[in-house]
Amino acid sequence: MKTRKSEPLFHIVKRKDMPFGKQVMVRAIAIVAALIVCSVITIITTKMNPLAIFSAVIQGAFGSTRKMWITFQDTSILLIIALALTPAFKMKFWNIGGEGQVLIGGLGAAACMILIGDKVPDPVLILIMLVAAVGLGALWGAIPAIFKAVWNTNETLCTLMMNYIAIQIVAFFTILWEVPKGSGKIGIINQNTNAGWLLQVGNKYLLTILIAILITVGMFVYLKYTKHGYEVSVVGESEMTARYAGIHSGAVIIRTMIISGGLCGLAGFLLVGSIHHTITTTLAGGEGFTAVMVSWLAHFNPIAMIGASLLIVFLSNGAAQISQNCGLNQSFGDIITGIIIFFIIGCEFFIRYRVVFRAKKGAIPAPVTGEAVFGGGPGDESAVKEIKEEEGNDND
Amino acid sequence: MSEYAIELKNITKRFGTIVANDNVSMGVRKGEILALLGENGSGKTTLMNMISGIYYPDEGHIFLDGQEVKIASPKDALALGIGMVHQHFKLVDVLTATENIILGLPGKLNICEAEEKIRTICDKFGFIIDLKKKVYEMTVSEKQTVEIVKVLYRGANILILDEPTAVLTPQEAERLFLVMWRMRNDGKAVIIITHKMHEVKEVSDRVVVLRKGRYVGEMDTGDCDVQRMTDMMVGRSVSLNITRKTPVDPKPRIEVEHLTIRDDEGVVKIDDISFTANSGEILGIAGVSGCGQKELLEAIAGLQKHVDGEVRYIEDDGSKTDLLKMSAQKISEKGIALSFVPEDRLGMGLVANMNIAENMMIRSFRNGPIVEEAVERNKAEALRKLRRDLNPFTDRKSPRKLAETVVKDLNVVTPSITTPVKNLSGGNVQKILVGREIASKPKVLLTAYAVRGLDINSSYQIYELINKQKEEGTAVVYVGEDLDVLLELSDRILVLCGGKVSGIIDGPGADKNQVGLMMMSVEGGKDEN
Repeated sequence: MKTRKSEPLFHIVKRKDMPFGKQVMVRAIAIVAALIVCSVITIITTKMNPLAIFSAVIQGAFGSTRKMWITFQDTSILLIIALALTPAFKMKFWNIGGEGQVLIGGLGAAACMILIGDKVPDPVLILIMLVAAVGLGALWGAIPAIFKAVWNTNETLCTLMMNYIAIQIVAFFTILWEVPKGSGKIGIINQNTNAGWLLQVGNKYLLTILIAILITVGMFVYLKYTKHGYEVSVVGESEMTARYAGIHSGAVIIRTMIISGGLCGLAGFLLVGSIHHTITTTLAGGEGFTAVMVSWLAHFNPIAMIGASLLIVFLSNGAAQISQNCGLNQSFGDIITGIIIFFIIGCEFFIRYRVVFRAKKGAIPAPVTGEAVFGGGPGDESAVKEIKEEEGNDND
Repeated sequence: MSEYAIELKNITKRFGTIVANDNVSMGVRKGEILALLGENGSGKTTLMNMISGIYYPDEGHIFLDGQEVKIASPKDALALGIGMVHQHFKLVDVLTATENIILGLPGKLNICEAEEKIRTICDKFGFIIDLKKKVYEMTVSEKQTVEIVKVLYRGANILILDEPTAVLTPQEAERLFLVMWRMRNDGKAVIIITHKMHEVKEVSDRVVVLRKGRYVGEMDTGDCDVQRMTDMMVGRSVSLNITRKTPVDPKPRIEVEHLTIRDDEGVVKIDDISFTANSGEILGIAGVSGCGQKELLEAIAGLQKHVDGEVRYIEDDGSKTDLLKMSAQKISEKGIALSFVPEDRLGMGLVANMNIAENMMIRSFRNGPIVEEAVERNKAEALRKLRRDLNPFTDRKSPRKLAETVVKDLNVVTPSITTPVKNLSGGNVQKILVGREIASKPKVLLTAYAVRGLDINSSYQIYELINKQKEEGTAVVYVGEDLDVLLELSDRILVLCGGKVSGIIDGPGADKNQVGLMMMSVEGGKDEN
């Protein structure tokens, strides 16, 4: 006869909602653990004091007033892009074309500055730039959405490919408008007249930050309290239910992607009009992709996205300082950033699942009362995965 | 040797604060079919999952032939000769029956030898199966057969079938019972979970009843009747009578003429049918599964694309509106109170990941906040509607209230109204859906398989709700599987066969055999029309 003696060492159980305080604690523990691992790796590989590395990171991000403002400004841009992607993600429309939508929006703004910069008064110019940037971004979002709505094409591929189209278009115009001829870049646009440069509120960083705050609140309200927001979540969860409720899925997909692309275009407008005053193919600098992570990390919650984007920008701006301060190359900064992000994303697992270890002999868990409500739901099965293979099979 | 093939002693299983199984002891003998009974959410599936290794019990012991065993994974369970056929099949679509059956087994791959062995099993128990057929080409019944053969191939002596007949036609169910009896005669222990009482009576030898996760008793099937089993399940005496009041002042409400429905591939699902549904009346629709009932209801609700003919909605004052080719949104915009309880609850009627309150919004989210409505009350109707459409915000307060009312009135078992509906048991999910659809005070109520997968007590609650709607003057169209209930509930019965109407007969005095015959052939009872 076959007999088994031991139960598995541990198994994984899906949690019900964890209280907020405990969630914060788990994340704090994750960060501490990440720092410890970083320290160990620093000591092993560089034999340097890990504290020097960490202080370099902090110095890089917040070392001076200027650095601090730049960190907040970069956070704002990343936040705007992440917020732009969020309604699409809630709809389960995987828009990974943020990069292209930002870039094409930036191109729209730059084109206006170059072509009509000295022909119309500044306020009108800025308005036209805004419309061009948001419009082009929206168009870039709408194209894959229309394809999806009409022919049910895969939006991930489409949005990704649209990125490359945008990059090539920008490359083309860079050569067309290059200043000086032969330099292969556009350089600062309207350096003398400052036409189309966005006006400064307080200092040159604050405008972007204020706009980001406005969009955060707006997106939070849009998703949570409006009819559109509700439609987005229904379409994302089940297209059949959407039809049942009389929601036209195709229209919602296109509308949401116009908003998503349009906001990316707005980020492009800010990058060109307020920050760089020029355009290159690397204008978005990969933030279109980083924003995907920010949006997911925040569980699509616009308010939580503030923290998520600040964290990412803090790490990347700080990591740049490591190479300066400690004479290490950029790769070391990336290693540190990678470890920390790994831990932060990894701890989400412990927020959603619980690891139950084998009970000690004789230990009786405290009795809990409650009604058997959830018994036998098909969803329960997937929650439990047996991890450990039983040892010592004695099949006869 | 012990009396039981497998025996559970004092099994307890908790999920967080919820006790799914509380100190349950039971056993099944060799050569016996045991029916496990209980309301939705009473812990039947959880208990069986512990035998088949999917869950591990928090407390208690499992004995196989009198020896204690630990079942830590489905693999362990199979090694011990325990096989479970789940409600949701776990097959690979692109593989053949044979490939699915031998999938994951150790040893050399020898398809011919495997087929030989599978054929022996099929012959022994009377399975009919095409071994070369790919799973995606199979009907639900064929897939189930593959699942059962799969566990038998792995040498299972203890078989657990979780609601195997929920997806089968009555004919297919009969065939399954034959197989089960052969397995019993072969000395295998079979446990079946089902909500259909007449099946329990027909197929099982013994009955074990669970209530709220606890064992409440067992009896030999021969000694008990449906009423007694139900009372044990529910814990109090339940009335199993459906009262059918004579319709009060029935008036034509929905007029269907020459309706033809095609699916996306152009296959005719409903072929030129005409009928009328009256207010204050339940029109039952009978037919074997897949003969167009689902499409018919969806067409009336504005969810079918390829439709011809006419579906007219008739107001109290006699004015008519053609509903066909109107989307669900248009219908509601026209102010036509049409409610639809679709067959696919979590796939169509509700959003599984949303909570109860949010699910209530599916019908009402286009309304602005209630404060707005109150201020606007005195203004002209058209202006109000315009304001409602222009208001970007949705009302989240009244759906919450509605959710609370539904939960309270229909005794929905849920931790709170912010629980995602996917975490509720089938019966409670259905109550939420029906509750929401009834709350809009419909003039027309379409229900498709409203009690599928529901335990008997919940089913009767739903029948009661439907009856109440009828009394309030709603035109109810009821599509059901249980012919006995359909005959008891309906004022008139429309029998479908292969997309055509084979007759419309009066409910009172309708003969089950006659309806059964009409379901099989168009000629059956045509004169009745």
